[in-house]
Amino acid sequence: MKLKVDRGFFAWLFIILSTLVLIFLQDHLKWLSTYPKELIIPFDHWLNLGMGFLITYFGWFFMGVSWLLEWPIDVVRFVLQSLPWSVVSFLICVFAFIAAGWRLALFALISCMYMVVIGYWSESMNTLSLVAISVPLAVLIGFGFGVWAFQSQAAKRIILPMLDIFQTVPAFAYLLLILMLFGFGTVVGLIASILYSFPPMARNVLVGLGRVPAEVIESGLMSGATNRQLFWQVRIPSTKRQLLLGVNQTTMASLSMVIIASIIGGTADIGWEVLSQIRKAQFGESLLAGLVIALMAILIDRATYGFAKNSSTYQPRSSMASWRYSLIAIAGAAIFFLLSSLIPALDIWPRELEINPARGMNEGLEYIIINYRAAIETIKTMAFFFIMLPAKIGLQGSVSPFTWGFELQTWHSFSYAIVLTGFSIWCGIRFNMQLGFMILLFAIFFFIGLTKMPWPAIMIIYTYIAWRLGGLTLAIGTFFGLCFLVVSGIWPEAMLSLYLCGIAVILSFLFGSGLGIWAAHNSTVSAILRPINDTLQTMPLFVILIPFVMIFKIGEFTALLAIIAYAIVPAIRYTEHGLRNLPEGVIEAAEMMGCSKQQLLWTVKIPLALPVMMLGLNQTIMYGIAMLVIAALVGTNGLEQIVYIGLSDGNFGLGLIAGIGLAIIAMTADRMTQAWSYKRQKDLDLQID
Amino acid sequence: MGNHDGGRDVKLSCRNVWKIYGDNSDSFFMDQDGKVDDLQEHVNKILQSDHIVANADVSFDVYAGEIFVIMGLSGSGKSTIVRCLSRLVEPTAGDIILDGENLLEKSADELIEIRRHKMGMVFQSFGLMPHLNVIDNIAFPLKLQGIEKAERYSQAERVIELVGLQGRESNFPNELSGGQQQRVGIARSLAVEPDIWLLDEPFSALDPLIRKRMQDEFLRIQSKLQKSIVFITHDFQEALRLADRMAIMRDGMIVQIGRPVDLILNPVDDYVREFTKDVSWESVLCASDVCQKTSGSLKGLGRVSADTQIDSLLGYLAKNKNGVAVEAEDGTVLGIATATGVLAALANGSSVPPAKVKVTK
Ligand SMILES: Nc1ncnc2c1ncn2[C@@H]1O[C@H](COP(=O)(O)OP(=O)(O)O)[C@@H](O)[C@H]1O
Ligand SMILES: [Mg+2]
Repeated sequence: MKLKVDRGFFAWLFIILSTLVLIFLQDHLKWLSTYPKELIIPFDHWLNLGMGFLITYFGWFFMGVSWLLEWPIDVVRFVLQSLPWSVVSFLICVFAFIAAGWRLALFALISCMYMVVIGYWSESMNTLSLVAISVPLAVLIGFGFGVWAFQSQAAKRIILPMLDIFQTVPAFAYLLLILMLFGFGTVVGLIASILYSFPPMARNVLVGLGRVPAEVIESGLMSGATNRQLFWQVRIPSTKRQLLLGVNQTTMASLSMVIIASIIGGTADIGWEVLSQIRKAQFGESLLAGLVIALMAILIDRATYGFAKNSSTYQPRSSMASWRYSLIAIAGAAIFFLLSSLIPALDIWPRELEINPARGMNEGLEYIIINYRAAIETIKTMAFFFIMLPAKIGLQGSVSPFTWGFELQTWHSFSYAIVLTGFSIWCGIRFNMQLGFMILLFAIFFFIGLTKMPWPAIMIIYTYIAWRLGGLTLAIGTFFGLCFLVVSGIWPEAMLSLYLCGIAVILSFLFGSGLGIWAAHNSTVSAILRPINDTLQTMPLFVILIPFVMIFKIGEFTALLAIIAYAIVPAIRYTEHGLRNLPEGVIEAAEMMGCSKQQLLWTVKIPLALPVMMLGLNQTIMYGIAMLVIAALVGTNGLEQIVYIGLSDGNFGLGLIAGIGLAIIAMTADRMTQAWSYKRQKDLDLQID
Repeated sequence: MGNHDGGRDVKLSCRNVWKIYGDNSDSFFMDQDGKVDDLQEHVNKILQSDHIVANADVSFDVYAGEIFVIMGLSGSGKSTIVRCLSRLVEPTAGDIILDGENLLEKSADELIEIRRHKMGMVFQSFGLMPHLNVIDNIAFPLKLQGIEKAERYSQAERVIELVGLQGRESNFPNELSGGQQQRVGIARSLAVEPDIWLLDEPFSALDPLIRKRMQDEFLRIQSKLQKSIVFITHDFQEALRLADRMAIMRDGMIVQIGRPVDLILNPVDDYVREFTKDVSWESVLCASDVCQKTSGSLKGLGRVSADTQIDSLLGYLAKNKNGVAVEAEDGTVLGIATATGVLAALANGSSVPPAKVKVTK
């Protein structure tokens, strides 16, 4: 292929050259490397002032709401705590059975028994009671917003970004806000979880209502439906499945936020238990408690998903069946209630019957750490010296006799420059121009280091890419977002977040796509990966941290691994899905033309699956940022750490600014990858649902 | 407004109806009656300003008790016009007259009343409520009217019988075949006993064999109920089988209106001819289309009614050289149909180039 010299080429050339010039200049012009302190706008200060004002004059209102909400929580908690565990477990099993059959009922039984026997029953019930209150409220609020956005274009334009903000601004950033407004206590967890979990419901309502087939609406109209009848008797019932999917996602989000919110303490729930065990570095205990969360998550997910799945297979006489179920539930509960007054162990599990394998687990871990210390340390230092450090401060900063074993000489730098320039030119000519320039840019980044790059250069590059992918609007949005990062003075931390998350995303995407390709061609691999992915995806984020922090201790490397473990899931999923759902005809045609297996994969399948894989990348980024925030707990240095510090120091403004910073990074990356995927889809004339 | 024509009642009338899609669709019409001086010029003007002309100056009448078929290729505006008739789509200009009253002047509440009692509609992909079983789907329009459960079930049961769905009452749509689903759609549209029945390609989603059977059922139902029908199809054969009269549409405009046989005998242009050329004439022509006036004696001749199809006469004519007398409904003789006359008519409609015939002395 010939190198095409067009406008795009010169634009890229300009970007590269100006980057080099800026890098050269930053040694002389200090403000290029660090934005001057005097020019930082003290948003955080203003926010704190505003907050003070709000509390002084409207505090009574929030306290009133808080008082109101405290009631139902207390009631539900009281009921769940005072009922014998056997009764609650029985009801949970019946619920699981109705939702998804006897297998899930069995799973529910095992999970409940586990909670009881390990001795976390009471903590689990505390968590459950919060979820039980938050889900109905979130579903209602989400439903309201979804319907509103569906009915009014103007409302939609405001609501959609609002949903984005609630989902991308890290919870730690607004936990403090809630804490300050509503006061200390369980209400904080409740409100945080409602705020975080109503957006999926709203989105599903919006999507579902929009997807009702036109002819169903028209036949409703022709049947003489009034507007109200059309809505309640045609639109809503025919989108039931999507609504239930919304409930499923809302429930999962609610659970994960209840767990995260326990970080502020005072709730005696299972999240708090995990967190305090992690802080005490008690491996066994934290894993045992973490497992409770995981079981709970899987159970709730499968049950609510089961309802959604069942909703499209209508059964005659279903009202009869539901009668029978309620009868069984009531009768069974009554029997267990009676039994537990006769047999106390069915009411409260006796302490001496609790099993505690934590000690054994701790010893096992210690054994591993002691015996494999050398290997663990090697892995850690290798990753640190050869990947993380260069990405952070560049080859120029990280190559030294201590790390790489030699001093960086001028001729090293020269040959690096020549080799990589040559390589990128070759790629540009052989494949395509964009790729060539991307490689060149990457080489520059890797040499200078992300945190050592002059901020105007990164702004130019990022905005330019946004413009290429998503057009003018996205470019303008991105530019102002970046400006905010600069003028609010959190740019250096933003780069640290970007660096950690960037490495994690790239590695996740590479390994994940690899596994996805493998799984797409090998059913055994696919069958093995699926349950692992399912579990990782439903697992609350805290739990994923546990094994890594136990083995590799606190630090960025641990954070990196935890992020990868979580963010790799969508990369695997989407790649496999994309490759398995290619248009039939194209593959057959290519095979008929005599493509070898390798050619087929690289020249036909992957290009066609690329838009789907890009959506996977999009999700990988989102997952990565979500985990990054949690990873602040194990010691990172970026924005997520500021958010966390803001929370623990009670500095609301600071935490929120950093949180908004993270949201900006997340949203721009999200829009860019989506825009890219849709453009490719259009070019390839593909339909992805 | 006169709603009589040749002694038959006009049930529904579509006058100069336009439907334009686009941002400024209203700006092309001064008055709402949709009359323009030069149709083609006006359409071009609209197209040039990047608007879509789904219907242009569509006019036709539907008589009480007739099946009026609208036929055209996909995208020719059939669905749009039938939706204008029920105001599912609001026409940009023109009038829709139902029972002598302008439908477009009705308020939203009046429109709901009209749809509840006067109109029934059947959709191409059925438009059934996925969450309701057969009987509830069919009784759905009655439920919206607030009719008691027992009452609406007994009414629904009646139409269920009519479309032959007995025993399927408690099934859900996803448990039914396409043909059965469309029976539900038909039954639902008939549950409120409408006068005017709109069907938008009701059988197009079905397999050819099922489609044929559904057409027969449809004719059977219509022979019982005598509704005024607007039936949309893109299948000319279907149109031929069902239509009392038909209209052919292209690019949102009506190209020709008439009885099927008129269209076949006198297509106005190549577009219409393209549809009609493959039709076997003997299945379309009736005795009255081939008979010749005669002043001669009719003695000894057999008699057939004017609407007898030619293909059913071929055997008789082959044996009886003198032909057969064709009589109108009131018994007057229209003329004599002979084998030669039939041959001449068929030759007229043949699309095969004539064979070279060697003439020998
Ligand atoms: N809601 C709409 N917006 C824009 N164009 C439309 C819309 N509905 C129909 N059209 C256009 O109007 C024309 C006629 O469509 P339609 O009535 O559905 O045709 P048919 O039913 O004969 O296939 C088509 O060109 C179609 O693209
Ligand atoms: Mg149509």
